[in-house]
Amino acid sequence: MAVLRMQENKHHVPDTVERFLDSTLDSVDSAEELALGVAQRAGFDEDDLMKIGMAVRESMVNAVVHGNRYNSHKKVRFSVGHNADRLTLRIADEGESFDFATVPDPLAPENLLRTSGRGIFLIRSFMDEFEMRHLDVGGTELTLVKYLVSK
Amino acid sequence: MSVKLNTRQVGDVTVVDVAGRITLGEGSSALRDALREMVSKSQKKILLNLGDVSYIDSSGIGELVSGFTTVTNSGGQLKLLNLNKRVKDLLQITKLYTVFDVHEDEAGAIRSF
Repeated sequence: MAVLRMQENKHHVPDTVERFLDSTLDSVDSAEELALGVAQRAGFDEDDLMKIGMAVRESMVNAVVHGNRYNSHKKVRFSVGHNADRLTLRIADEGESFDFATVPDPLAPENLLRTSGRGIFLIRSFMDEFEMRHLDVGGTELTLVKYLVSK
Repeated sequence: MSVKLNTRQVGDVTVVDVAGRITLGEGSSALRDALREMVSKSQKKILLNLGDVSYIDSSGIGELVSGFTTVTNSGGQLKLLNLNKRVKDLLQITKLYTVFDVHEDEAGAIRSF
């Protein structure tokens, strides 16, 4: 199911794309492609596109693998939109709520050789804003923001 | 394109030319399987040439760390060669750049074992 909304704005023409994606790794690629398409149209440079793409991939992997646990009955709601000054992405799963605060600091010396636990750290590193909230209906929603003029 | 691995022997060093994307799924599992096989064959000196790696995610970083630990624990050495800017930046922000022995020149890397 796809929803495309376009609204006039005196500075810009924002567009928001929303998809309900299957809990598969193919959806990770789909979300990245969608996000990069919107981000490119918004005017982000190559360096920022790489960061946005990676943040989207890490968020989608969290939703598909850790949130929905590949459950074919559960979807990942993914939306990406931009206005004159920012790109906003939302990724919501239908899984058990997960407390990211319990993820050990991947930069702590004792954790450097851990083989997992770097995803959220990378998202925070690459985006300007990061918010996580537990949904009343179950699941977790991540909101990622990248400023269009951040340099 | 997913990951592509090509292995060659230079003296007693096994050089693995890695190309493509090391991401969750096929990419990271191919690298994991290749490194485990080398360790099982008692190959102790492994040089991962990442020059043609276009993309690596946190899962791919995890596989590099896992490979490093597996090879080190078996008494071997795993070193990295030809990191592009993206991979280098990722290893730097995750503080792994100093964990790995990283080289820019293959001949020098071979001699360092």
